[in-house]
Amino acid sequence: MNAATFAPVLEISRRVVPGLTILLLILLAQLPLPLPFFPDITPALPLMAIYYWVVFRPDLMPRILVFALGLFQDALIGAPFGLTALIYLLAHGFVLNQRRFLAGKPFWVFWAGFAIVTPVAMFLNWLLASILRGAILPTDVVLMSMLLTVIMFPAIAWALLHCQRWLVGSAETP
Amino acid sequence: MAKRNASISVAGLAVPFRIWGQRFAFLGLLALAFALMLLSKAETGALERARTAIVDATAPVLDVMSRPVEAGQAAAQSVESYFVVRAENIRLREENERLLRWMLMAQQLEVENATLRAQLDFVPEIAPRAITARVVADTGGAFFHSLLINAGARHFVQRGQAVVSHGGLVGRVAEVGDRSARVLLLTDLNSRIPAIVESTGDRVIVTGNNTPWPTLTYLASNSPVSAGDRVLTSGHGGVFPPGLVIGVVAEASETRVTIQPAVPLSQVSEARVLDYGVNGILPPPEQVPARIAPRPADLAGPPVSPPDVPAASAASPASPAAAAETAR
Repeated sequence: MNAATFAPVLEISRRVVPGLTILLLILLAQLPLPLPFFPDITPALPLMAIYYWVVFRPDLMPRILVFALGLFQDALIGAPFGLTALIYLLAHGFVLNQRRFLAGKPFWVFWAGFAIVTPVAMFLNWLLASILRGAILPTDVVLMSMLLTVIMFPAIAWALLHCQRWLVGSAETP
Repeated sequence: MAKRNASISVAGLAVPFRIWGQRFAFLGLLALAFALMLLSKAETGALERARTAIVDATAPVLDVMSRPVEAGQAAAQSVESYFVVRAENIRLREENERLLRWMLMAQQLEVENATLRAQLDFVPEIAPRAITARVVADTGGAFFHSLLINAGARHFVQRGQAVVSHGGLVGRVAEVGDRSARVLLLTDLNSRIPAIVESTGDRVIVTGNNTPWPTLTYLASNSPVSAGDRVLTSGHGGVFPPGLVIGVVAEASETRVTIQPAVPLSQVSEARVLDYGVNGILPPPEQVPARIAPRPADLAGPPVSPPDVPAASAASPASPAAAAETAR
């Protein structure tokens, strides 16, 4: 029994950590916190993690995984299957395209990038949900949720950064 | 030379192929997402079964994860109650006195009621069976308003049953898994509840609109409804039992009347599923496990009667208790 025996196991667990963090954030976002109006304005926690991992470890964040996590969230929240999956897929594609501008930049650039992705993704989500439900859904809660998501991003990014340092490591490919 | 050229051209070809492959995968998944959305809209049974299976598998995890939240809430409450214990004590004493007077009155009325019923050969109402479940997830965000509870078909929860908490209606059971169920909140866009305004007797529909304040629809334009009037389920359509408190009128203007739900829906931690044996207009659930002949009460929890909601006076708004309540 030496370190080499566990190497493959460690390698695999390293690779699944990013997906697991998103799964955890999806579940955390559903917890019944006893705060008034909170369920309506819950920040989009999984979006933060998707953004983070696509920028830092795109190799561990294939689009099929993002899609599957979106489907899982749809099942959980009672949304039509494919709604959240579509939003995550588009966000994934967009960030993957722009990651050259984001990786290796100061934190505020990284944060500003998220502040652009979030409103677009959440507006799209609102639009699709409105179409699917056949009614114009309230926008005030969406704006609040957007704001909260952008404000809370540094906290989650900090946690993910530590997670990456301890468990995942940085990308082999530039 | 020729060999080298060939290898370059192969490598040069492979890259666009990979890019095309990725693009194709992206578009394929996009198309799949749209297809799934349309299929979900058509409410195919297979997708719904997949959903309940996923929720069922996740419910125990959510159950465990939500325990610390509940413990934190309990701790915060106990600290809070420690500081307000004196004021609370005074308030409770006063309330106790008032309730004792009500109890006396209720006992007299009970006797009177029993006598009158005996004279009329009245067929007694069926007391509802109640299942108390924990809320394990407050799902949905801004677009879909629902809760997940940790009781399902194995606890005899069925689609369409009314869900109450702390003296008011929360919603109805919309999806049932084996050990979890989804409760559609009365604020959701899809929620329509036949109701009655207690003070005026107007029959209305409480219509969810995805805001915290559902509207009253089909209200007569000349109705004297005003803010503060209680709204109860009417029992029409056979979905909800009559007399459950939905809320009070919050705003009554010319154009719209909204209500404030009696239960703070974002803070429900325990919910009671009531089984009155009514499921009138709802279609039968697609997947109900073979019913175990007469349902054992010990599994379903102690049969509770009467329910903890003031089930009274829906049919007769002018009853003395209701009049006294509104007068106070």
